[in-house]
Amino acid sequence: MAEHGPVIAQQMFFSEPLPLRSGAVLADYTLVYETHGTLNADKSNAVLVCHALNASHHVAGVDERGQTGWWDNLIGPGKPLDTGRFFVIGVNNPGSCFGSTGPMSINPAHADSGRVYGADFPVVTVEDWVDAQLRLIDRLGITQLAAVMGGSLGGMQALAWTLRHPARLRHCIAVATAPNLSAQNIAFNEVARRAIITDPDFHGGHFYEHGVLPKRGLRVARMIGHITYLSDDAMEQKFGRELRSAELGYSTQEIEFQIESYLRHQGDKFSEYFDANTYLLITRALDYFDPALAFGGNLAQAFAAARAQNFLIVSFTTDWRFSPARSREIVKALVDNRIAVSYAEIAAPHGHDAFLLDDARYHNVMRATFERIHNDVRTT
Amino acid sequence: MSERRELKLIGEMVPLGSRVLDLGCGNGELLQWLQQQRGCSGYGIEIDDTQVHACMQRGVNVIQRNLEEGLALFDDRSFDVVLQLQTLQHLRNTSNMLRETARVGRIGIVSFPNFAHWPNRLRVAGGRMPVTKALPYEWHDTPNIRVGTYADFEVLARKSGLQVVDSFGIQDGRVVRRWPNLRASVAVFKFERQ
Repeated sequence: MAEHGPVIAQQMFFSEPLPLRSGAVLADYTLVYETHGTLNADKSNAVLVCHALNASHHVAGVDERGQTGWWDNLIGPGKPLDTGRFFVIGVNNPGSCFGSTGPMSINPAHADSGRVYGADFPVVTVEDWVDAQLRLIDRLGITQLAAVMGGSLGGMQALAWTLRHPARLRHCIAVATAPNLSAQNIAFNEVARRAIITDPDFHGGHFYEHGVLPKRGLRVARMIGHITYLSDDAMEQKFGRELRSAELGYSTQEIEFQIESYLRHQGDKFSEYFDANTYLLITRALDYFDPALAFGGNLAQAFAAARAQNFLIVSFTTDWRFSPARSREIVKALVDNRIAVSYAEIAAPHGHDAFLLDDARYHNVMRATFERIHNDVRTT
Repeated sequence: MSERRELKLIGEMVPLGSRVLDLGCGNGELLQWLQQQRGCSGYGIEIDDTQVHACMQRGVNVIQRNLEEGLALFDDRSFDVVLQLQTLQHLRNTSNMLRETARVGRIGIVSFPNFAHWPNRLRVAGGRMPVTKALPYEWHDTPNIRVGTYADFEVLARKSGLQVVDSFGIQDGRVVRRWPNLRASVAVFKFERQ
């Protein structure tokens, strides 16, 4: 809150086509981003923050609409990622729906009719996002980032940075993430996608021109997603078998239990602001991420490319969507390559969502790590 | 500070520039010293949140892990030296842990409180469990689930297929090589896999 005035999002346009992993090309694109703090004279104190499924460039502070950034408890003046020391960049990825070029942008192939991409937006991968982010970093005149940080899908981007552009960062912080999705994870994503695609209002992804939104699909997608972000215990603690009214209604369609009310509320909220095509694109990017694939499944070989001097990997004991075992696979691949890594396994009760919460042990680890990064940046 | 001297005594057994794995590394003091004074690199393993945080504050690479779950993170012979200082007495599966230590390191160095130190023997002869600097806990609230002696370890090492290449006692920060089982409160063993 010590920031002066609202955080203002900025835009950067890139006219050079972005070649994508699929072989397709993004003709041109705009990235929306926000920055906090001041870039120092030798441009060595920049930290890039990568967002996960439903977040955006708005990482901290309060924006013009009065909304607080999604990682505000971690990023800000005096916070673990101290914007008094670091220049923090939050960027919205292409394909997302918070201002950067995405399915709701005008398709240059149909510029005359003003038709938006919709389902024709090319499939983007974690690696494509990293390449798009790199161009922003280039444009900002930053040769080497002090750190790239992300949680969940954002953590995958942080990892991908160390594999694709190892000379361009010094530290990688990957929280509550995985070296790839498990079959169960892909299964959850597929249920969410089917909910959207089979919504009669989806129209094969070209619903915009029909003047409708596949909100029913989005709601169900969000509901299933939300279940996987919470631990069983956290849900039990928060809702248990609590009823909405004093008496059972003996209805199969009305809300009986508080958990139903909560999930429906989350689904409703989400369907108001999130784009259906973006949901499909981002869950696919999650599914496809698999840096070991090109090395016959050998993750250690994949990480031989990682020259980032220091890694911090963090997991949460009750996170069953991105479990500690998956983080330990990353740690092992780094250790096998003799890469500097620290690993914290935080005993937090909240499940996957813990990475967004301000558990003291977790934030202590983050603070100590950024202290180290700060010293590292100062001494070079 | 005899604890500090004890750390340094053991630290000096680690060859310059070694890759070190420190099992139960505590606040990372020794690893930091090894990095700064002996050009070593490597990782500490620690279970406790506060200690993990302390390591990070020192700039020591630490991996939060319960040693009881083994060392599957590490390949055979991936470290020059594996340290296991004042850790053994807290572990359930002592023998397995020693074998794992010998598997991932070319050299293992272990230290633990020697229960056969003469004041302990006197205390037990007098009918009470010892409470000393090396064994500072009352019998009912000790975190040490294993108590053994210098001589006991020689037997276990043989049974576990370890080749002891050096061993001595430490008392008041000094090396004890004569009758260490009687004269030293801390036992130190350096070993290799046979």
